[in-house]
Amino acid sequence: MRPNTIKKAFEFAESENRPALLSYTVAGDNSKSNSLKILKSLSKYVDICELGFPHNTPIADGGQIQTSSYRSLKNGTKIKDVFNIVKMFKKGKLSKPIILMGYYNIIFQYGESKFIKMCKASGVDGIIVVDLPWPENINFSKLCKKNYIEFVQLISPTTSTLRAKKIIKSSHSMIYYISMLSTTGGRLKTTPKEIKNNYLKIKKLSKKKNCVIGFGITKDNIASFKTVDGLVVGSQICREISNSIKNKQKITKNVDKLAKILKRRII
Amino acid sequence: MKFQKNIPLIDQHDKYGFWGGKFGGSFIPETLKKPVEDLTISFSKLRKNSEFLKKKNFYFSNYIGSPTPFIKLSNLSNHLGGAQIWAKVVSEANGGAHKIYNATVHALICKSLGKKYIVGDTGAGYAGKMLSMAAKKFGLKCKIFMGAKDIKRQKPNCDAMRRNGAEIVPVYTGSQTLVDAVSECMRYWVSNCDRTHMCVGSTVGPNIFVKICGWSTSQISKELKQQIKEEFKKIPKRIKLINCVGGGSSAYGFWSEFIKYPKDQIELIGVEAGGPKRSKLHAAPLSRGAKLGILHGAASYVCQNNEGQINETESISAGLDYPGVSPLHCYLKDLKRARYTLATDEEALNAYKLIKKYEKLNPSLEPCHAFAEAIKIAPKLNDKTILIVNSCGDAKKDRDILRKRIGNLK
Repeated sequence: MRPNTIKKAFEFAESENRPALLSYTVAGDNSKSNSLKILKSLSKYVDICELGFPHNTPIADGGQIQTSSYRSLKNGTKIKDVFNIVKMFKKGKLSKPIILMGYYNIIFQYGESKFIKMCKASGVDGIIVVDLPWPENINFSKLCKKNYIEFVQLISPTTSTLRAKKIIKSSHSMIYYISMLSTTGGRLKTTPKEIKNNYLKIKKLSKKKNCVIGFGITKDNIASFKTVDGLVVGSQICREISNSIKNKQKITKNVDKLAKILKRRII
Repeated sequence: MKFQKNIPLIDQHDKYGFWGGKFGGSFIPETLKKPVEDLTISFSKLRKNSEFLKKKNFYFSNYIGSPTPFIKLSNLSNHLGGAQIWAKVVSEANGGAHKIYNATVHALICKSLGKKYIVGDTGAGYAGKMLSMAAKKFGLKCKIFMGAKDIKRQKPNCDAMRRNGAEIVPVYTGSQTLVDAVSECMRYWVSNCDRTHMCVGSTVGPNIFVKICGWSTSQISKELKQQIKEEFKKIPKRIKLINCVGGGSSAYGFWSEFIKYPKDQIELIGVEAGGPKRSKLHAAPLSRGAKLGILHGAASYVCQNNEGQINETESISAGLDYPGVSPLHCYLKDLKRARYTLATDEEALNAYKLIKKYEKLNPSLEPCHAFAEAIKIAPKLNDKTILIVNSCGDAKKDRDILRKRIGNLK
């Protein structure tokens, strides 16, 4: 059996008395080699790397991640490149658990079994499929579990308690709480306190599972969430990449700087 | 896959929302699960609620105007020789297209859900125009998402939307057409689903939107069945119902009452947009054999590449310029109940010219695709065959394109 690397990452963060830090970047943004470099520089600070496999019709992503996805696709990123990036990253010294994130059509066209097989071969630790909710995801989730890949499900402020219970019951070791009604990268609509209260309600239902909060988390508000299991920052990193390109600055250097700040603010 | 004759096609799905076990479903982000479920429950109650039905029928008769005319195109039939060509002039409905049925029903649902805001997508601009009309009529605030390319090419409908007080949100991503407008509209709904109702402009999207739209447009075939009986005393032995197919809402509405008839008595022909004659791009997933994929929350045949990225489409008609198609039509294709073909931009334009020459009819570029097929097959058939084309939109919106492509017609 493969050790659960994701669970271990949370345990490690907990031992340091801080939330786990998760980053999100798009594979192939802004080039295949650069996205690998970005992952490497992020991994100095973050505990888990989420890696988006780009889709050109993303129905739940805000502007920043859309821009990253289109940029990656324009550069010709294919799904085999995504697995390649993971493989290269996993060979490195500072490798961290990788969670692939994306839309179901990409997996569906590739073939579920083949996709999982490639995940295993390249060293993917977990998968998030944005548009495959419970109960539609039951079979795919089982397939992941059978192959020791964490299938991470999302819970949103609109999820009823009854439904949340069912999702939690069918989930593996990690849950993703969406902070608010928004696409990725929206401005926080509610106070961190309210988000944390909702988070605690979910935690009550799932004491043993690690629950991260994502959507709208930035360096400006991350310090308000120090007490949760984990935090995902995505759009702000994607924006940093876009800005670096625009200003002709070194992308990895700027991303490195941002990740450092994020980490410092949750210690 | 077993088709049941006595159940409307929109209701012949499994508990996960799939028609024929694989088309449709609800591939949506978690945030939308609750509003989609709420809408599903509300709609299943409303469609049985006599008060709601009374209201719907009242507005269908007095606001939309029903029945829309059913006429014989005698001059065109005589010119071509062969089959009789008839038209169901749905463009006579208030606003000038079949989109008014779905828009009115969604506005009524929005009211009964107690929501004050309604958003929708549009390609040709008819879905947007009608939604803005219905929103105005029922006192709702309305936002319409429309591709920047479509805003340019369908200006008359945009002007109408603005006159009705709707806000048009231009979408600059991707190909800047309907596919991007639907994505952006869904993204907006993800962020605002607590206060806002979403209207999907065709029989596409998550299962419930396919059902609501199909339920609304089925009015067309209910009227037509009655009109055919009045005209011919009974249902004739050889009918072909020809309809353009983009998302497929007018075609489903035009056919729904006739699906249960044998194929050799009533043939259903769907005509997709083949795009410019010399272009590789098209918007014809059914007739060009596109693969099953997931787009905008539903599984259907989708124009896409091997990686699952959605292909760009191209068509002179903004209303058909969409890479996916209704799961209902995918199911009808697999059942072999309907036949799907395509017409190119040029064929649609030629059809328009011919119709303008012989008839007092002004069909928009979308139904001109259907007329192109009728014109193609009519001469090969005898006059016992009744071809009926759904003239589902008016060409006022195409003024600029037509002027550019064929000049001023008398």
